[in-house]
Amino acid sequence: MLQIKDLHVSIDGKEILKGIDLEVKTGEVHAIMGPNGSGKSTLAAALAGRELFEITNGSVIYNGENLLEMSPEDRARKGLFLGFQYPVEIPGVSIVNFMKTAMNELRKYRGLEPISASDFLKHMRDKKELVGITANMANRSVNEGFSGGEKKKNEIFQMAMLEPTLAILDETDSGLDIDALKIVANGVNKLRRSDNATIIITHYQRLLEYIIPDFVHVLYKGKIVRSSGKELALELEEKGYDWLKDENE
Amino acid sequence: MSEVITTGNLTSDLISLYRQNNSVLDTMSGKLLNLQRENAFHDFDKLGIPTVKNENYKYTPLEKYFAGNYDVDLEVNPFKIDVKSIFKCDVPNLDTHVVLVLNGFYYANDRNGELPEGLIICGLNEASVKYPALFEKHYARYADTSVDGLVALNTLFAHDGVFIYIPDNAEMTKPLQVINLSYSDKNLRITRRNLIVAGNNAKAAIVVCDHTLSNQSFLTNSLTEIFVGRQASVNYDWLQNENGKSTHINNLFIHQEESSSFCSSIVSLHGGLIRNNFYAVLAGQHSDTSLNGLFLCDDKQHVANYILVDHASPNCTSNQLFKGILDGEATGSFNGKILVRPDAQKIQAYQKNNNILLSSTARMNTKPHLEIYADDVKCSHGATVGQLDSEALFYIRSRGISQDEARHLLMYAFANEIVGKISVPILKERIIDLVDKRLRGELSGCNDCVVHCG
Repeated sequence: MLQIKDLHVSIDGKEILKGIDLEVKTGEVHAIMGPNGSGKSTLAAALAGRELFEITNGSVIYNGENLLEMSPEDRARKGLFLGFQYPVEIPGVSIVNFMKTAMNELRKYRGLEPISASDFLKHMRDKKELVGITANMANRSVNEGFSGGEKKKNEIFQMAMLEPTLAILDETDSGLDIDALKIVANGVNKLRRSDNATIIITHYQRLLEYIIPDFVHVLYKGKIVRSSGKELALELEEKGYDWLKDENE
Repeated sequence: MSEVITTGNLTSDLISLYRQNNSVLDTMSGKLLNLQRENAFHDFDKLGIPTVKNENYKYTPLEKYFAGNYDVDLEVNPFKIDVKSIFKCDVPNLDTHVVLVLNGFYYANDRNGELPEGLIICGLNEASVKYPALFEKHYARYADTSVDGLVALNTLFAHDGVFIYIPDNAEMTKPLQVINLSYSDKNLRITRRNLIVAGNNAKAAIVVCDHTLSNQSFLTNSLTEIFVGRQASVNYDWLQNENGKSTHINNLFIHQEESSSFCSSIVSLHGGLIRNNFYAVLAGQHSDTSLNGLFLCDDKQHVANYILVDHASPNCTSNQLFKGILDGEATGSFNGKILVRPDAQKIQAYQKNNNILLSSTARMNTKPHLEIYADDVKCSHGATVGQLDSEALFYIRSRGISQDEARHLLMYAFANEIVGKISVPILKERIIDLVDKRLRGELSGCNDCVVHCG
């Protein structure tokens, strides 16, 4: 589904990613871990198409197409979803209106008619239930005045609404208490299917107690320094990142 | 009779225009209107048309808009057209009492159902003759001709407009809709003068719509005085939608008695130059003023809002919220002043002005201004000029929404904070739709009004 080869990414002339190789197949869950400043969020944003980041080298093929040539909206229309580390507040745009616009843009792209009001409401009700969102949240402006937990839940809700093929969740667990973490993890697990894939970016091993990854990668100083099965996460929890840092200095 | 003036010295041209015509003006107007002219003459002679040297007009170069040849209709009822045959408000199911004003002259009013007893809706000139006591008590009491040459000029040439009186304790169940129409086959200078008096404990919603019905240049000097009696409440919503050749100067003087409230939302949708001056005096304790404005401009349009909220007594509240979206080579200005007088303790006064520039050639000047002479008050102001939030744009696009649609969503949300305050629900929906079209570039000029004058 996704092949990243020798990806180099800079911001303001400073190289953040220094040659990433990663392959994700359908049905898989990958966890990308690493200390602060290792380039995890840069990888997520570059994959989603944030223009701030300059791709200086390498390639990313997504379902056979060159991902790097696509606009952010086209990436989303082709099934890529980014769960933001810091979801943006958009005063004056209700979640309902936002999601309806997004769904209809996706449908238009796929040659489908706009969703009927009743179908949309049903779809939203189902997904709200799945994620455990209370009724009044959907009528509020997107992320405006939301607590940290609400913002992250809202990301998972949007993911559920848009049913992506490849979801990249950037630090979805940061700032969550254990209850919110369970809700978020539960949402991700319920949305997990054999025909989609998930990349979970996290600093802590904690989330991986609830979402079991197939692969764990450690990103350090812009490179993947180790890839292994889920047991790597446990090892990192136990030993921290220092031993890997030492190995790669 | 029509007079064309040529511009050499603008102020002296206007003075000689007045001299040539004052006998006509005096003959056609009531005594109480004429009584104010002498005073206005002296003030206008002294002040003239404000230039950019005047701090309040620094960013509004009026002279170039005043320059040019305009006809002036000074005759009563010069209509050769049936307004109703060319204009019909196209807001469906807008259940209002309609008052039509054509080129500054009161034209007709369509009563819709029962009106409260004692309510008066008529032409200003008619009111000056028919209701002299009431008229004299309020006319030219709030619009001080010494504050601005344009106020003096309006008072100097005042001949007609709308007079509305809502008696004590009367509650209007339906909004009153005043439609100001400009229609001519020649460029026209229009003077319009309105007076609205809401008695004690009266309640009213007034909707004002400005339209041009032909594609001429209109230079309109409009002035409205509003008296809000004790415990009275007045809602005043205003849609400004005129052609790109029109220059529209509005002066709104609001005088509020004890425990009264006044709420206004002004949407400047289109026009060549729109200048709104608001003067609100909170004369009685526990009164509340809310002034909201949204303006959208592009091409070489200019929209300027000047506000003076005068806290003259204790325990009052005021809010100003003005937002603008500017594209092309449009320019805008906001100059908002809060004046808190020495005795006006325990007041709360807030002001906010936010602007979005969509192009590198659009310009916005904003000047918040607080002048506080009392020591126990809460006041705040804030102003921003910026672009659309790039983080928010990326967030929206990352959900599959196109860049254009993402920009639109953000602009629409920005504008909606003001439009959402409009008190008449059907009108609100209509204006939301108009703003939506305007932001999508589907509304050029005022041609979305039924007339399609271009």
